[in-house]
Amino acid sequence: MSEILQKSGAPEPGTPRESAGDTSVLRMESVRKTFGGSVVLRDVDLEVAPHTVTALIGASGSGKSTLLRCANLLEEIDDGAIWLDGEEITDPRTDQDAVRRRIGVVFQAYNLFPHMTVLENITLAPRRVHGVPRAEAEEHARGLLERLGLGARAAEYPDRLSGGQQQRVAIARAVAVRPRLLLLDEITAALDPELVGEVLNVVRDLKNDGMTMVLATHEMGFARDVADQVCFLDGGVVLERGTADEVFGDPQQERTRRFLRRIVDAGRL
Amino acid sequence: MTVAQTDSGREGADGEGGMAGADDAYTPSQRRIERERHKRARARRATAIAALSTLVTAAVLYLVVVDAPGWPRTKETFFSAQYAREAFPKVLDGLWLNIRLLFVCGAAVLVLGMLIAIARTLRGPVFFPLRVLAAAYTDFFRGLPLIINLMIVVLGVPALRLQGVTVDPVLLGGTALTLTYAAYVAEVFRAGIESVHPSQRAAARSLGLTNRQALRYVVLPQAVRRQVPPLLNDLVSLQKDTGLVSIGGAIDAVRAADIIVGRSLNYTPYIVAGLLFVALTIPMTRFTDWVTARMDRQRAQGGIL
Repeated sequence: MSEILQKSGAPEPGTPRESAGDTSVLRMESVRKTFGGSVVLRDVDLEVAPHTVTALIGASGSGKSTLLRCANLLEEIDDGAIWLDGEEITDPRTDQDAVRRRIGVVFQAYNLFPHMTVLENITLAPRRVHGVPRAEAEEHARGLLERLGLGARAAEYPDRLSGGQQQRVAIARAVAVRPRLLLLDEITAALDPELVGEVLNVVRDLKNDGMTMVLATHEMGFARDVADQVCFLDGGVVLERGTADEVFGDPQQERTRRFLRRIVDAGRL
Repeated sequence: MTVAQTDSGREGADGEGGMAGADDAYTPSQRRIERERHKRARARRATAIAALSTLVTAAVLYLVVVDAPGWPRTKETFFSAQYAREAFPKVLDGLWLNIRLLFVCGAAVLVLGMLIAIARTLRGPVFFPLRVLAAAYTDFFRGLPLIINLMIVVLGVPALRLQGVTVDPVLLGGTALTLTYAAYVAEVFRAGIESVHPSQRAAARSLGLTNRQALRYVVLPQAVRRQVPPLLNDLVSLQKDTGLVSIGGAIDAVRAADIIVGRSLNYTPYIVAGLLFVALTIPMTRFTDWVTARMDRQRAQGGIL
């Protein structure tokens, strides 16, 4: 938390920062990432304003997940730079753990800790990383669970929950440390269709709370509904970006049109 | 709208009807009765076949052994009731040493094995020598025959006549056992650590946990839980190998039997000691099986296969 407070202060005089005046939460510039010989992100620019939701859409393998993993420093980028709250986090001197503390991630496969109860999953980081006393961390966690309709599940182990419930717990775990930015990596892709709604509703609630989010998704209807900014990834670049209405309603690029047509044909929009 | 309402209404009624039906008003169908009769008949036949084949096998084994030309002589030197009675209390006394060795060495092995396993998974350039050392340790002591390790430690260390270093064969034997078994157990732990899916570490790191915290709170608890069956297996193995400390002269069950054999030239005490070791190992083996089965059951909840 203290890092955020520091950053919100004015830049020190005499140290002009490259990004002075940059109010975006996350900014990426010319990011390149390759795995072995294959180029996943060729030249990606992205800017995420505070309290907005950015949806990353694109075919499987277009680099949506990789982009999110790079933003959280789970992957090291080959070239370019990433800023979080105006601070360059791809500088090798950055304290990576401190950066990750400010970014929450929700994974496609939930990645809950199977040997811990729901409550322990949620309170692990607040207690061990942020030093919140146990009673306080648990009270906050119970409050979160209550809001997510999981109040009765605090003492259960993850494998006793449905996929939708597990994913909601994973969201609670990610927001329990009050992150500056939340990354959601195809969080409904592993869910049965009837469980998708309950998870998406939680994301809508978070948006209403003003959480800044970047989500990779195949749920086009949801992206159109909730996103302030939609980015279409193709061939390792953001091929098209704009408001949801612009990208979905009047796509400028032929490849975007073709992608959206396939989605419509599949009955997903 | 109307359709949806009717649908959900009917579904609710169905659910209730199904649950009530399980409690009362259910009579098994003719089909089920017939099926269960057939299963019972099949089970009876299986039991009969098993009993018969056991009987035949036992009879054949008995005849082969008893008809062997050397059997009367063998019976005298290996299965003498008189020597068994004489050896039993002494061997049992010696066995107490084996049991104590098992507990002390077992604890030391678990701690040392865990430390080595962690050393091998440490990242960062600072830990390079530690990683290499740990790898060399496991390579060396897994390859070195236990009996040679014991001879070197139990007979070699006292020969050095070092000041302040024990010459007690029990302590030295225990040290040798610990050295070898820690190498095996370290590999078991390491396999456990590596079996925890990388996504668990990624989830922990994404929450801001340091590498060390991720290891301690997320990876190790899962690794240890998963490796309980192979660990118990190694402890069973350690239990019987405690008998090898006898080569240094420590009076354990094997050495106690040895003393009587040397005097009487009758091998019955070895049989007594061997059976006692087996008797000691069986509960541990069953416990291992039980733990393994329980963990498998938990993993495959709901399935019948």
